[in-house]
Amino acid sequence: MSEYRIHGETGAWEVVIGLEVHAQITSNAKLFSGAATAFGAEPNTQVSLVDAAMPGMLPVPNVECIRQAVRTGLAIDAQINAWSRFDRKNYFYADLPQGYQISQLYHPLVGEGALTIDADAKAGIAEDKRIGIERIHVEQDAGKLMHDQHPTMSFVDLNRSGVALMEIVSRPDMRSPAEAGAYLRKLRAILRYVGSCDGNMEEGSMRADVNVSVRKVGEELGTRTETKNVNSVRFVMQAIEYEAKRQVALIEAGGKVDQETRLFNPDSGTTRTMRSKEDAHDYRYFPDPDLLPLELSEDFIAECRASLPELPDAKRARYIALDISAYNAQVLTAEVESARWFDALLDVGAEGKGAANWVTSELFGALNRLGLSIDQSPVSPGAAAELLGLVADGTISGSIAKQVFEKMLESGDGAAAIVEREGLKQESDTGAIEVAVDAILAANADKVAEYQGGKAALFGFFVGQVMKAMQGKANPKLVNDALKARLG
Amino acid sequence: MTSLTELTVAQIRDGHRAGDFSAVEVAEAFNANVAGARALNAFIVETPEHALHAAEQADADRAAGTLKPLSAVPIGMKDLFATKGVQTTAASHILEGFVPPYESTVSQKLWDAGAGMLGKLNMDQFAMGSSNETSYFGNVLSPWRSNDGSNAALAPGGSSGGSASAVAARLCPAATGTDTGGSIRQPAAFTGISGIKPTYGRCSRWGIVAFASSLDQAGPMARDVRDCAILLGVMAGHDAKDATSLNLPVPDWEAALQADLRGKKVGIPREYRLDGMDAAIAAMWDKGAAMLTDAGAEIVDITLPHTKYALPAYYIIAPAEASSNLARYDGVRYGLRDLSDGAGLQDMYAATRAAGFGAEVKRRIMIGTYVLSAGFYDAYYTQAQKVRTLIARDFAHAFTQCDVILAPTAPSAAFALGERSADPLAMYLNDVFAVPASLAGLPAMSVPAALSADGLPLGLQIIGNMFDEQGVLNAGLALEQRAGFTARAEKWW
Amino acid sequence: MSVDQATVGKIAKLARIAMPDDDVAALVPELNNILAWVDQLAEVDVTGVEPMTAVIPNRMVLRADVVDADPLTGGNRRDDILANAPAAQHGFFGVPKVIE
Repeated sequence: MSEYRIHGETGAWEVVIGLEVHAQITSNAKLFSGAATAFGAEPNTQVSLVDAAMPGMLPVPNVECIRQAVRTGLAIDAQINAWSRFDRKNYFYADLPQGYQISQLYHPLVGEGALTIDADAKAGIAEDKRIGIERIHVEQDAGKLMHDQHPTMSFVDLNRSGVALMEIVSRPDMRSPAEAGAYLRKLRAILRYVGSCDGNMEEGSMRADVNVSVRKVGEELGTRTETKNVNSVRFVMQAIEYEAKRQVALIEAGGKVDQETRLFNPDSGTTRTMRSKEDAHDYRYFPDPDLLPLELSEDFIAECRASLPELPDAKRARYIALDISAYNAQVLTAEVESARWFDALLDVGAEGKGAANWVTSELFGALNRLGLSIDQSPVSPGAAAELLGLVADGTISGSIAKQVFEKMLESGDGAAAIVEREGLKQESDTGAIEVAVDAILAANADKVAEYQGGKAALFGFFVGQVMKAMQGKANPKLVNDALKARLG
Repeated sequence: MTSLTELTVAQIRDGHRAGDFSAVEVAEAFNANVAGARALNAFIVETPEHALHAAEQADADRAAGTLKPLSAVPIGMKDLFATKGVQTTAASHILEGFVPPYESTVSQKLWDAGAGMLGKLNMDQFAMGSSNETSYFGNVLSPWRSNDGSNAALAPGGSSGGSASAVAARLCPAATGTDTGGSIRQPAAFTGISGIKPTYGRCSRWGIVAFASSLDQAGPMARDVRDCAILLGVMAGHDAKDATSLNLPVPDWEAALQADLRGKKVGIPREYRLDGMDAAIAAMWDKGAAMLTDAGAEIVDITLPHTKYALPAYYIIAPAEASSNLARYDGVRYGLRDLSDGAGLQDMYAATRAAGFGAEVKRRIMIGTYVLSAGFYDAYYTQAQKVRTLIARDFAHAFTQCDVILAPTAPSAAFALGERSADPLAMYLNDVFAVPASLAGLPAMSVPAALSADGLPLGLQIIGNMFDEQGVLNAGLALEQRAGFTARAEKWW
Repeated sequence: MSVDQATVGKIAKLARIAMPDDDVAALVPELNNILAWVDQLAEVDVTGVEPMTAVIPNRMVLRADVVDADPLTGGNRRDDILANAPAAQHGFFGVPKVIE
């Protein structure tokens, strides 16, 4: 697979991508106040005097937000800075009541880390690739502006103002929209495993500022643009592609790329210059004098580490060690809910490989059809284990298992009860199977002759006929054995 | 019987407890003085009903045997403290009409202790000033007049000028102040009263309109050291709403007051003896040292080598913090909004802030914005914070050699209104002795010690080691007892 | 360091303070006077000196993750939040229309 390139009139261009992901930290209260963070509340109801920047109001950091950011840092193998500090980023905007955002510029909570995106031949990612993460810092979210409610006014809702965000800043290590997409998906999975962010992009819990530049292969980095607040993986990939092509066309036409902030339009898949923050480049960062340095004890960091769950890469490796295919292991670990469900299935004694096959094909297929998430699965891991147990011990065949599963979904009954009630128990009586085999071979003497004349493919035909004659309940292995014995 | 308005906080408290008078009588007497002193322009808002209501409660509490530490004591509240339901402006136009739906921690503690509020005291706008000439609501006048026959209106000092003037003129027995770079001590010195700025973090900053967060501290201003100890005991204490609040028990400073300084060492910082120092100031300083010797202390010569850099460092750090702290005054959520037809958001900000801030506030926002701006941050702000570290180290070293430091509070007595307002730098130099302790976060107080040749009060400053308010108050008491400062402003208002 | 009229104009813009040219011009010498005075800080040897971060040794205590534990720092007080607003409508703060 060749590298991703933009092919311009003057040749091939490499795209250099860095992502700054803003992830809302899962917490009950805001970063510096006791107001709630729940999504969808009435405007300005989840606003404290602190969040509205009333005169004399002061911030006090929420320990849970710090804890979650540290856990996230540990999950990406990053350095945790036991001494960090909050800085003020000063600018004027209607969604920023204080006139500054409390953030961390000079001494972030989390330093250098990395995550690995997985090889994906279809997406042009030839091999696993480590993407550097420069830092994670904790900061306040801004409020929300609404522009279409009044002819001459914009309306300000401060419910989000002061909600805790982690800004996760990658190195400019990505080279294609697919890599950026894979990075985002992996990061989202890690955040959701850790529980530090719900990863809900529709509700804005996770959004990315996309830094894109282009260069001829081997040349110096080009000037980058930053496209703000892109809120889905697909849009991030679209924005990169659009921006890269735009920059190539611009440069090839003799222009030059301005280092600027841009906005993505999801309807057209394009980006444009953002007007409102043009002159806001001098942020005058300085340490927030309302806050002391954030000093973390070793115990605090150790507790964060001890509380980490098994993460996607480790879990995938464990599944592969259970003889589960790499593909299935990937599918099962991509979403934390699937992985948890599957772990529960393993916990009640299901055998790994068969269980993985069944979950990724049968269960996911059924849920997909029913429009349900795995958390809403009508069949519990315990019930699934019972079904898989019946297959494993030869009580029912794989094809009967499909029927039983359907009935489980419909009735909610257990697998054994259904098998019993419907008489679906697999026929393992060799005598009965031999009778059926003999009958089929007698009725198809011509085919037997062909088979014996070398048309080995007919073996499957005989199996199918026997199974059909026995309403699918015959133990396929015994059928095979009996046929082989008779046909020689 | 002495007029009730002549009584100190301790005398009101004790007299009321003893049944000598009712709290309502006290409140009414002070309310009358406030109403009769509008010529001083010490109050922005008068709240006689608040004082009366608290007094009625105090009288009821006395009957019920549930008296509180400040029952019957009405006080003045600097307009920097948010007071629920009462306009709070920081003496600015931009906050004119702002009625907070909340009460500052410090004022709440005072009300909870039984105190009543006589009104909101005028001050320099956003606490920026040393003469109380930057208030949007007009200059505060000192009750003092020079005896040189000029009859010029004098500055009460600043920024807590309303507090100083009101206490000196017996409009209230005590008042709150705030001190960022001398704003309690310098006006106290100018008006012949006492005032203490505690260790940074002793008093919660929650609900106090911020000027420079790393320096701002609330403290009491009163007629004597004991009253300062009483008030500070109520105002101080840990507050979980202020991340810089000190989580330490509040000592009973009043109970531990004592003027016997035997075994104590008093440092005299040689760098404070400036070239061309006012002779009266120098003489008072020497006299102060003699008084402390008389109280049993040993005088030691100390050095604070970075003293001369304190004021320039302060005039980088404080404006930098202020430029950011005052960004919230944007016409969106409260206060003034100046929005002309067709103006956009950023135009509204600029017009609102142009109309709402006074000249000195703008000047400091400009300096602060400049020193934080790209390319200048390290040269100015970082350098100033490093110098601040050195200043704090100077003090830490000095306190290995002495227990408290004695210095003048201000380089001169009160000056006439208008005399220095044309030259910002000359005005800033007023705080030359006050600012170093602010930069180091140390407790410091001013007590009246002498009169100038023109008959105006001069204050001596005691600077203590961190957390040692007791040492400061005790040395202040020793000075107070020996200085015998009984002069007072003749009533002309 | 010193500032000229253009710089002062730029700072005023950054600080969002509308300032007529005359005011800007008047501020130039004032600010230069102050800046020249603070420039003496440059002569201090600060080799190896850390900038001050906390004036009094004090460890920051963090808040527990509890909603509305203290009404003074909690939410659900929209009326209070909007009470002083120059233009509040339908539970929102109103500002001149913003084009992003």
